Amino acid sequence: MKSFLSILTVVAAIIGLWYAACVPMNIHEAAMQAQRAGAEVTPETAPERRKMGRIALMVKNPQLWGTVYAQDRPQLPAPHQVGAELWKTTWGMVEKGRAFSKRSLLLHGWITLSATLLGFAFGTLLGIVLAVSIVHSRAMDMSVMPWIIASQTVPILAIAPMIVVVLAALQVDDLIAKGVISMYLSFFPVVVGMVKGLRSPDGMQMDQMRTWYASRSQTFWKLRLPSSMPYLFASLKVGVAASLIGAVVAELSLSQNGGLGARLLAGSYYGQTVQIWSALLAAAALAAVLVWAIGVAQNITLKRMGFTR
Amino acid sequence: MSDPVISAKNLDLTFQTNDGPVHALKDVSLAINKGDFVSFIGPSGCGKTTFLRVVAALEEPTGGTVTVNGMSPEEARKARAYGYVFQAAGLYPWRTIRGNIQLPLEIMGFPKSEWQSHIDKVLDLVDLRGFGKKFPWQLSGGMQQRASIARALAFDADILLMDEPFGALDEIVRDHLNEQLLELWDKTHKTIGFVTHSIPEAVYLSTKIVVMSPRPGRITDVIENTLPRERPLDIRDTPEFQAIAHRVRDGLRAGHAYDD
Repeated sequence: MKSFLSILTVVAAIIGLWYAACVPMNIHEAAMQAQRAGAEVTPETAPERRKMGRIALMVKNPQLWGTVYAQDRPQLPAPHQVGAELWKTTWGMVEKGRAFSKRSLLLHGWITLSATLLGFAFGTLLGIVLAVSIVHSRAMDMSVMPWIIASQTVPILAIAPMIVVVLAALQVDDLIAKGVISMYLSFFPVVVGMVKGLRSPDGMQMDQMRTWYASRSQTFWKLRLPSSMPYLFASLKVGVAASLIGAVVAELSLSQNGGLGARLLAGSYYGQTVQIWSALLAAAALAAVLVWAIGVAQNITLKRMGFTR
Repeated sequence: MSDPVISAKNLDLTFQTNDGPVHALKDVSLAINKGDFVSFIGPSGCGKTTFLRVVAALEEPTGGTVTVNGMSPEEARKARAYGYVFQAAGLYPWRTIRGNIQLPLEIMGFPKSEWQSHIDKVLDLVDLRGFGKKFPWQLSGGMQQRASIARALAFDADILLMDEPFGALDEIVRDHLNEQLLELWDKTHKTIGFVTHSIPEAVYLSTKIVVMSPRPGRITDVIENTLPRERPLDIRDTPEFQAIAHRVRDGLRAGHAYDD
């Protein structure tokens, strides 16, 4: 209850700040519209107003404050506008029986989710395989680890279109291409966490295995892998969020297939800020659900394994 | 008399560190016979743990020879000649007590049909009947350490090497476990090597007490314990016990003499 209240307080503060910010952000447009409608605005000409700062314009025209929340293409849409858009493009579409039409965020969310999950599965698998080989081979540790770290310094925005072009030339399905881009981001936390996790058994535990003359694979399956679970889950949480970012970035290059990334792109082409914000919030909500789901799996698994009580 | 189970001759072990070489063991010779309970006592850095680790083939000596059951330590390890108990119980939290005891059986490839009887037997030996289905965190520290002893006994090695197994436990639990360990030793006729830095523990448990001293790690005295094998806890108040404890203390002091 206490944590719920504190979350509520933070959310309320953010929304309050958001509403407050709408006034200076949208004041120029509001002045323009008011003037067109024949109302009095100071200063009177548009060039004069443009030269003025937002705050000054806002202070001079308090009568406009109420009108900044109902524009078609505001520079900063108000929370309730974004909320209405979200409602219209999700449940509203369901009510019309067009839940998966092109205008529905459910469709685009689903497209993004499938790319995210595919990339997350690829990334987790690749991450674990790399971590296992790094832990078991000094050569891998010395040669591959620096490249893995270097890979994450390349901006994904730059490399994503190239991956799309190369994979398209190889006639790879678009969904797989998106999965690959998403994997590029999500394997990294898994590698780092798993390497740490697989190395987490202490000297005594490793000595104990030696006294039993355990083979490397026995040590791996019976000691290293179970010991790494807390580390794996921590990495998966980061990895799934990274996966989603990868999927959204991939959709900027493959926007013909839809997805939340495509909605962001289309929104910015046509100045549809409300659409951009609702796609952003939808992506954030999707990430929150994914991270939460992994958190649940983590709690159950670690409890069963006796890591937490 | 038959050949000793563990025999060390002129054992040397020097670790190369950044601060120069450290003589962990210097010219250590010792014979441990079948059924002996040998305690190693001395201040930290005297090489008592290192000696046990050499016997277990966890460290490689830089000089001298050591045999275990007539084999090299490495071969003895492959032949699963010994069980090793560490200072921490080191039970796997994701396995039950039975599952933990089963671990070495799985690793050593014991047939599945035998697991049950092996586990039951050692659970009885350490008095943990009825706790097999519990998880480690449900047990006290002393019980966890008993479970780890059961695990070391599970595969029926003749030698039990114990590295300060009760070091992290409080006095009362320790007394109780010492009593139980003697009982267990009496029932199983194992050969036990036991590292400790408690004088009463060493005198109470052993047939032979090896007093060691540091820099370089070496043996300063080997004391044959003349106490009867039947040892109730209050034997520690008898003059015989006190006399042996006194000799151990003298040995420890002698080792320190030129130190400071």
